[in-house]
Amino acid sequence: MIDKQRDVLLSIDDLHVWFELRRFGFGHAGYVKAVDGVTFDLHYGETIAIVGESGCGKSSLMKTILGLNKPTKGSITFDGSLDVGKLEGERLRQYRAKIGYVQQDPFGALAPFMNVQRILEEPLVINGVKDPAERERRVRKVMEEVKLTPVDDFMHKFPHMLSGGQQQRVVIARAIILEPKLVVADEPVSMLDASVRVEILKLLRGLQEKYQLAVIYITHDLSTVRYFSERVFVMYAGNVVEKAPVNSLVQNPKHPYTLALMDATSDPDANNALTYRELPPGEPPSLVKPPSGCRFHPRCPRRIENLCEVEEPYDLQADDHLVACWLYK
Amino acid sequence: MSQTNNNLLRIEDLVLHFGTTRGSVQAVDKVNFGLNANQAVVVLGESGCGKSSLAKAILRLLPRNVVSYSGRIYLDGNDVMKLNDEDFRQNIRWASISMVPQAAMNSLNPVIRVGDQVAEPAIIHLGVSKQDAVSLVKKMFQHVGVPEDFINRYPFELSGGMRQRVAIAMALVTSPNLIILDEPTSALDVLTQASIFNVLKRLKGELGISFILITHDIATSSELADGVAVMYAGQIVEISDAHRFFAEPLHPYSRMLMASVPRLRANVEPEFITGQPPSLLNPPKGCRFADRCPKRFDKCSEEPPTANVDGIQVKCWLYTS
Repeated sequence: MIDKQRDVLLSIDDLHVWFELRRFGFGHAGYVKAVDGVTFDLHYGETIAIVGESGCGKSSLMKTILGLNKPTKGSITFDGSLDVGKLEGERLRQYRAKIGYVQQDPFGALAPFMNVQRILEEPLVINGVKDPAERERRVRKVMEEVKLTPVDDFMHKFPHMLSGGQQQRVVIARAIILEPKLVVADEPVSMLDASVRVEILKLLRGLQEKYQLAVIYITHDLSTVRYFSERVFVMYAGNVVEKAPVNSLVQNPKHPYTLALMDATSDPDANNALTYRELPPGEPPSLVKPPSGCRFHPRCPRRIENLCEVEEPYDLQADDHLVACWLYK
Repeated sequence: MSQTNNNLLRIEDLVLHFGTTRGSVQAVDKVNFGLNANQAVVVLGESGCGKSSLAKAILRLLPRNVVSYSGRIYLDGNDVMKLNDEDFRQNIRWASISMVPQAAMNSLNPVIRVGDQVAEPAIIHLGVSKQDAVSLVKKMFQHVGVPEDFINRYPFELSGGMRQRVAIAMALVTSPNLIILDEPTSALDVLTQASIFNVLKRLKGELGISFILITHDIATSSELADGVAVMYAGQIVEISDAHRFFAEPLHPYSRMLMASVPRLRANVEPEFITGQPPSLLNPPKGCRFADRCPKRFDKCSEEPPTANVDGIQVKCWLYTS
């Protein structure tokens, strides 16, 4: 297992995901450039966090990795050889069995008319585990893993009978029951109570360590990433603007947008109430016509005139960070 | 901050029980707390602890299955529980106390322009003309940071943060003394959250408005809090002031809640609280937190009194001498 960790599990190269806008159903009216040139490698057993606000393209990126969207340009390579963008039919189904998906809203993600056992059996049925006894054995095992115990109490319950935290455990159990190599968790705790969040994150981390899972953790909450991931990618308006190891990012953020995110994140402290927070003006740009040059330049306090609005920054090395910002040229 | 002199709002022995086929749910059970003018009190607690029911009980926004609703709510010294429903609607709800409901951004009517929606409480409660209401709405939009020309937009044309601001403007338009905010930022991004709290701070500082902020998010609640009330299983277990609470809470539940907060600026591993809150259908006798409490001892099988520790009220046997 150890030497395999060096190997690349998922390689994303210059990925673009654009959605076409149409006028009256057929006239072309531009593109929503949800993901616009994203490149990174994910290794076996590695956890990364993708941090960004709603509308920055993180969900589109995730859906493309899951094979739900097709890349407009660029490629996603899984396990060295599989070109995810070109998979169809049966091969796409086989690929999906290798990836677990933890949805944001657990109640919305669970069919209300199925009990926990049926929900967890479903991936096994679809992927050809025909023996009911074998299925039940695996359902029981995975329920132990996510600590839905005593198993017999939970097996026959329906989603509405479970608390939010328990529902999310069912979702996680369903994501790992096929023993995937990669789990994509889309804001897995944002709908949960603050006191349950840590519990679910620790459960995910425990499973990750035990099975050497690679995990992509998508979130807008920077305060949870340091307990969960090794590397952090910060996304803004369809681009990854900063890539860094988690501790280095939290202690020494480089990109002005990352700084703004950190400044806006509160820790419990009564002195917070005494001052206003400094925030970048405005809102994230439209992805149909993103700003020229650096997409953050209209809101950036450290903008360099005649450079930032003209030329698009590329990844620049700053310590152990890669930062798409001209300040580090 | 004085705990005893709650001159704006004082709640005594407030009870709100709901009837179900399996018995009565004790959502709010003998709650006492209050706040002074120009003060913000945070009500913290897990989901299902009764904090939203507390807000509804204060505003008398009750569903039909209420079996028990009693206690005293003094607003500026007058017991508003004695008012009949019509007087309460005319003089208290929205006129003196207004509310930004949970998921406020989705509570706007999708087919009415936001300006008209914000104007409605002013027209009904203040009796202003439509022309005056428009200028009033523009003024409110200025307070909350919405561009004036947005009054002719529909909710779907606004971002989540802007919709939340509109909902705050709607609570503000009748110039109430007190606004109850139910999870005002839980569905929003960090930058939007921070900007909404900047708006609330400004309203408190410049217009002198008081807030009751209901939330489970301890970290962001510290952005506004002067005082903190921690709720557990329908009861308030600790009432403290913000500086002392965020430095070191007293009740074992408050301590565990505080320890569960992931922190950005300190490398402390967060700890979670094992177990689940008790059902409010048949809450345990004695201390309701006893089952999950690491400091439980013999006495906890009896209901703890509220102890006063240098002005902090704690409902826990550990602090009774």
